[in-house]
Amino acid sequence: MSSKYDVLVIGGGNAALCAAISARRGGASVLVLEGAPKFYRGGNTRHTRNMRCAHDAATEILTGPYTEEEFWEDLLRVTGGKTDEVLARHMIRESKDILNWIVEQGVRWQPSLGGTLSLGRTNSFFLGGGRAMLNALYLTAERLGVDVEYDAEVTDLVIEDGMFLAARLKRPINGETEIRATSLVAAAGGFEANIEWLKQYWGEAADNFLIRGTPYNRGSVLKMLLDKGVQEVGDPTQCHAVAIDARAPKFDGGIITRHDSVVFGIVVNKHSQRFYDEGEDIWPKRYAIWGRLVAAQPDQIAYIIFDSTVVTSFMPTLFPPIAGQTVAELAGKLELDPVALEKTITEFNAAVRPGTFDHTVLDDCVTEGITPAKTHWARRIETPPYLAYPVRPGITFTYLGTRVNKESRMLMADGRPSANMFAAGEIMAGNVLGKGYAAGMGMTIGSVFGRIAGREAAKHARN
Amino acid sequence: MHGTRILDEADRLMTVCNSCRYCEGLCAVFPAMEMRRAFSDGDLNYLANLCHSCGACYVDCQFSPPHEFNVNVPRTLAVARAESYAAYAWPQALSGAFTRNGLVISIVAALSMAAFILGFVALNDRAVLFGVHTGPGAFYRLLPHNAMAALFSAAFLYAIFALVMSVRAFWRDIGTPIGGRADGGSIFQAIRDAGELRYLHGGGVGCYNEDEKPTDRRKLYHHLTFYGFLLCFAATSVATLYHYLLAREAPYPWWDLPVVLGTLGGIGLIVGPIGLFIAKSRRAPELLDAQRYGMDVGFIAMLFLTGLTGMLLLLLRETAAMGPLLALHLGAVFALFITMPYGKFVHGIYRFAALVRYAQERRGEAGS
Repeated sequence: MSSKYDVLVIGGGNAALCAAISARRGGASVLVLEGAPKFYRGGNTRHTRNMRCAHDAATEILTGPYTEEEFWEDLLRVTGGKTDEVLARHMIRESKDILNWIVEQGVRWQPSLGGTLSLGRTNSFFLGGGRAMLNALYLTAERLGVDVEYDAEVTDLVIEDGMFLAARLKRPINGETEIRATSLVAAAGGFEANIEWLKQYWGEAADNFLIRGTPYNRGSVLKMLLDKGVQEVGDPTQCHAVAIDARAPKFDGGIITRHDSVVFGIVVNKHSQRFYDEGEDIWPKRYAIWGRLVAAQPDQIAYIIFDSTVVTSFMPTLFPPIAGQTVAELAGKLELDPVALEKTITEFNAAVRPGTFDHTVLDDCVTEGITPAKTHWARRIETPPYLAYPVRPGITFTYLGTRVNKESRMLMADGRPSANMFAAGEIMAGNVLGKGYAAGMGMTIGSVFGRIAGREAAKHARN
Repeated sequence: MHGTRILDEADRLMTVCNSCRYCEGLCAVFPAMEMRRAFSDGDLNYLANLCHSCGACYVDCQFSPPHEFNVNVPRTLAVARAESYAAYAWPQALSGAFTRNGLVISIVAALSMAAFILGFVALNDRAVLFGVHTGPGAFYRLLPHNAMAALFSAAFLYAIFALVMSVRAFWRDIGTPIGGRADGGSIFQAIRDAGELRYLHGGGVGCYNEDEKPTDRRKLYHHLTFYGFLLCFAATSVATLYHYLLAREAPYPWWDLPVVLGTLGGIGLIVGPIGLFIAKSRRAPELLDAQRYGMDVGFIAMLFLTGLTGMLLLLLRETAAMGPLLALHLGAVFALFITMPYGKFVHGIYRFAALVRYAQERRGEAGS
């Protein structure tokens, strides 16, 4: 393995591999440094399942058109306008071609299963999920002659006046070494797995957060870049968080620890008190607010409480619900005050007004006279066994990143574009996503900007 | 919980997989799993026999080892599958044949071959046994045709009966929720799915065996083996019809239908098992049910032996080696027949039944 490359890619997920492949196809010699061991390669891409791309017509895998304009409107809505419009529109335009380009790199979309899986209109699903997608990209990269190194933890970047010169890394066997390259693509993700860093904004509460994705996104490359004069973008205090099962592992529990049963019951905190309208809006639209809501509760824990009538209304869960034949028995198992829980449920039941339940629309099943109200899908909790899922905030990703332009080139703090440093993926997602999220956008950002970054990095190196 | 440790583990995994569902496009196992929220023993045995062990879900899984969720569907279902053969075996008294199966099969094979050799020696004098016999009826100078037919019909009919009884128990167990008979459409669908090994394709890229690079090699060798077996079976059937309907006695000339079918089949039964054996020996240990290695190899070896002795008999039938080779070939075929219900052969039958069940379920879903 030579230690001078045209293009050095730091990171090993979707964005990194798209960059590596596109740089290699552009004629550059490429090295990918993945900080994780081989099994954990790919950052959070391992846990993804689909990608959101604009397209003008239905295809085998998409049920109808999703125009650039509609994509833009969706992005505008979820970010509340906190987005770089030029960059976002550029990404949306490029996403059209990504649908085909990614297939040319060996990635396969999931066809319709004739009823088992209903295809989406906006999002295409990877056959076999994110790790299958990654495996395909790695096979293609290796076939093209991209060098890949695992367990390669970058410890320092040598940057002079906005110009990347070399990366220092710690190899498990050979110790410290330095790798020089003509261009750099940073695609090493955010810092959501760095609890110490999260504590800067969240305090001790961060100890009770669960990290849904890879334990390797510690933000060290992001921090080095920001420390060495790259302009930052995105709110450092923000992260995407959902309510996940409290019994999930600290890291890497992935998608399967999620809960989508909130709308079918009530949510109480450790004092058995409700604290937010569980029926505010259609799931999954309000899916992502519950992480933050639980983070604001004492000890960052809450309990979704429902009864046996709704058990089959949502996806089967990884962890079984905790059950009690009486509310008191359930409270005992949850270590809640039985009197307080009884009172909360009794008051809630008394407030439920008759209505026609339909979880697919904003129905008329409401409560009256309690605070907070449950404004849709309110039904009495009265058919034993009584059931509960304990939930904690599950952190998906962070928003802080490096500022880039349309070439995916990093901008320095003084506004000048860097000579040879590019960024793609979660490390620069904050340019497009100032806040909020919609399914599949992370992968769009990764593939689109990865491909651009690789192409531009190769172009710079070959000149 | 379930009756066995492996079914408990299969239940745990199906619970994990059912909360994820990323693999639903890879094969039939996951869509079938999604039709359930809880899993009985029968459900798990059904899913285990639907699995073709292509390995795609293992390579694609974000939770496979070393992840703490430790999701290894191919190996778990392989073990569950093997245990299900013993669980449904008829008669139950013989279900023990599935433990240390490789040894059982090789002992039976050795005994069968020895019996035919000794039988030939006892029946015929040396001049006949090591003589050169040609022309119609040459084989029957060593063993009269009627005796041969009676012996093999009995062995074959026993195998069929034992298999039918075993699969009936399996079918009842997996059909509990709906029960009833299989319809023609589902059977036809299952014949197509089994005939092309539709689900041994890793979702389209091929199957994973020794590393993360998918190939279609196992599929190819399995096709050679399976269709080789069918061709040999067809050759024997045609020859039997020749004998009884047309009064034409074996051996037949090389261009005649039984020999042509048998030769093609024999080549398949030699090349296919060799390929499968190589694939098996290279298979990634984490995908392999190491305990059943003997059973798998035993069956592969029996098929190979049947093909090899048959081809040698064809090549050397006009020499003095014909007598001993005929005994060896008949011994191999006889052993293959009588061990059929108690070895790896049953995987095809159970899998076919599972495919019929799956076709039924899919139709039920589409209709509802």
